[in-house]
Amino acid sequence: MTVNESAQKIVEEFGMFDDWMDKYNYLIDMGKSLPLIDEKFKNEKYLISGCQSRVWLSAEMEDGEVVFKADSDAVITKGIVNLLIRVFSHQPPEDIIDADISFIDKIGLKEHLSPTRSNGLMSMIKQMKLYAVVFKTKMKEPSA
Amino acid sequence: MYQQVAFDVSKIRKDFPALHQEVNGKSLVYLDNAATSQKPQAVIDSILKYYTTINSNVHRGVHSLSRQATEAFEEARKHFQRFINAEHAREVIITKGATDSINLVAHSFGSAYLKEGSEVIISALEHHANIVPWQVICEQKGARLRVIPLTENSEIDLEVFASMLNEKTAIVAIGHISNALGVINPVKEIIRLSHNNNVPVMIDGAQGIVHENVDVQDLDCDFYCFSSHKFYGPMGVGILYGKEKFLEKMPPYQTGGEMIESVTFDKTTYNELPFKFETGTPNVADVIGFDAAISYIENIGMEEIMAYENELLAHGISTLKNIDGVRILADGAPKAGVISFLIDDIHPFDAGTIIDKLGIAVRTGHHCAQPVMDLLKIPGSVRASLAFYNTTEEIDRLHEAIKIVKQMFG
Repeated sequence: MTVNESAQKIVEEFGMFDDWMDKYNYLIDMGKSLPLIDEKFKNEKYLISGCQSRVWLSAEMEDGEVVFKADSDAVITKGIVNLLIRVFSHQPPEDIIDADISFIDKIGLKEHLSPTRSNGLMSMIKQMKLYAVVFKTKMKEPSA
Repeated sequence: MYQQVAFDVSKIRKDFPALHQEVNGKSLVYLDNAATSQKPQAVIDSILKYYTTINSNVHRGVHSLSRQATEAFEEARKHFQRFINAEHAREVIITKGATDSINLVAHSFGSAYLKEGSEVIISALEHHANIVPWQVICEQKGARLRVIPLTENSEIDLEVFASMLNEKTAIVAIGHISNALGVINPVKEIIRLSHNNNVPVMIDGAQGIVHENVDVQDLDCDFYCFSSHKFYGPMGVGILYGKEKFLEKMPPYQTGGEMIESVTFDKTTYNELPFKFETGTPNVADVIGFDAAISYIENIGMEEIMAYENELLAHGISTLKNIDGVRILADGAPKAGVISFLIDDIHPFDAGTIIDKLGIAVRTGHHCAQPVMDLLKIPGSVRASLAFYNTTEEIDRLHEAIKIVKQMFG
C-alpha cells in the first residue's frame, strides 16, 4: 500500500465511529497493539523531545524502504504513533518526505496536531520525515 | 451587628463569565486554577474602563489624564500594601509576575550579597521559577545551591533544614504552597530558624497568596512575591514585597526609564524605592485590574474563601480516594487548593486527554516542578486545583470522569 492508500484506510476505519469515546477506545487498542520496540532503542538518542509522554522512535532502511519502530509510555500516544507507523513505515523515503498528513485532521485528531499540544504529534511526524531525508541523501551518495 | 452570611457559591459563579461555557460539548468544569484563575466581571470591567477613559502614561505628564492614571496606579500599590500588610508602599514593587519577582531578587540580591562560596537554600518542592534563577546567579557568583530534602510524606524536612543553615548561607528561597502537590510549607518556622542564623528568607507566594491570609509583617519574611493572574487578576502583573533595608542596598535589576533620578552620559543616579526597580512603562491597566481583583476578594472575605476551599478540598480528597486505584500524592500532608493524583498505572497524559474530552480542565505532567516528580519517581501527575467558585458537583463530575478513564484503560 502507498502512503495515501494507508492513510485512506485509516480515515475509513475512523469513519465508523460516531462519538469520540469509540474513537479513543480504538486509538487505545491500537496503542496496546503497537509492536514493541527493542529495549536498546529506549534511550535519550531515540527520544523525541516536545512530548509530555515519552516517545522513542527508531528507523532503519530495508530494501529501499524506511522501517519505523516506536514506543511510548502513554497508551494514547502509542495509538497515535501506531497510526503514523501504519502510514509511513515500509515506504520509500521520498514518499515519506512528500506525504500529506491531512488524514490526521480527517479522523478528528486535529487537536493533537497543535504545537501547544504536549504529545508532540508534530514532533513525531517531523522526526519521521527527517529520518527519510537522511536515508534519501545516503541513497544518493555514490557507493565507494 | 455583624451578620454571618453563608458562602453562596452559585451567586459567586455568576461573577465569572468564563465559567459558563461548553467545552467538548459538556459544561466546563475548570479545575486548573493553580495554572491561572478565571477573572470576575469586575476585573474585566475595570480594564475596559481604564482603556476607555484615563489611559495615559504614568509618572510623567502634568496633564490631567496622566495624573489620574498615576493616582490610580499608586492607589493600587497602596491597596496591595494594605492587603499583605506591608509597612510601607515603597516596599511593594510592581513586576510582571511571580517569576519576574524571583528573577529580580535572585539577580539583584544575588549581586549585592552573594560571593564565592556563599550558599543559597531552596527546597525539593520548588517550582522551576524558584530553582533556575538561583541556579543561574549561583553559577555566576561561584555560590552553591543547596536543596532541602523532603520527608516520606513530601513535606520539607525541617530538621535537615536547620542543620543546613550556617554562616555561608546568604538567603533561603521557599515556596509557600507547592503548586505540584498542594503541600503547605511551614514558612513561619523556616523564617524563624533562618533569622536565628541572620539569614533572610524569600517566599514564593504564587500559590500561597491564593489560599492563605498573608501578613508579611507577621510572617516576618524578607521578600514575598506573587502573580496577579493566579489570584483572579489579569495576566502580566506581579508583586514583589521586600523589606526596605534590603531593597535599599540592592542594585537595580533592569535599567531604562522611570527607574532613574538623573541621567548624563557620565553618570546616572537611580530613583528612590519602589521606582528603582520599575523600569519602563508599567502595565497600568492590568495593575488597576488587579486592584479590582483584590477588592473583589476582600468583599467576599479571605476567611470565608479559605473555609469554603478547605471544605471543598477535603470533600475532593475523600471523593477521589474512594475510587479504587487512585493514589493522592503527599496524602496526609497539610494542603491547600490542590489534589495531585495518579490513577492505577495510567499515564497522566492518557488520563488528562480523556478528562479534557469530558469537559474538565485539569493539568497533567510535571507542573514545572520536575525535580519533585523525579524524586517521587513518577512521570508526572494529574492535578485538580480548586478555586472558591468550584463546587462539590464539579468534584463529582471529576469522580465520574476518573471512573470512565479507568474503564477505558483498564
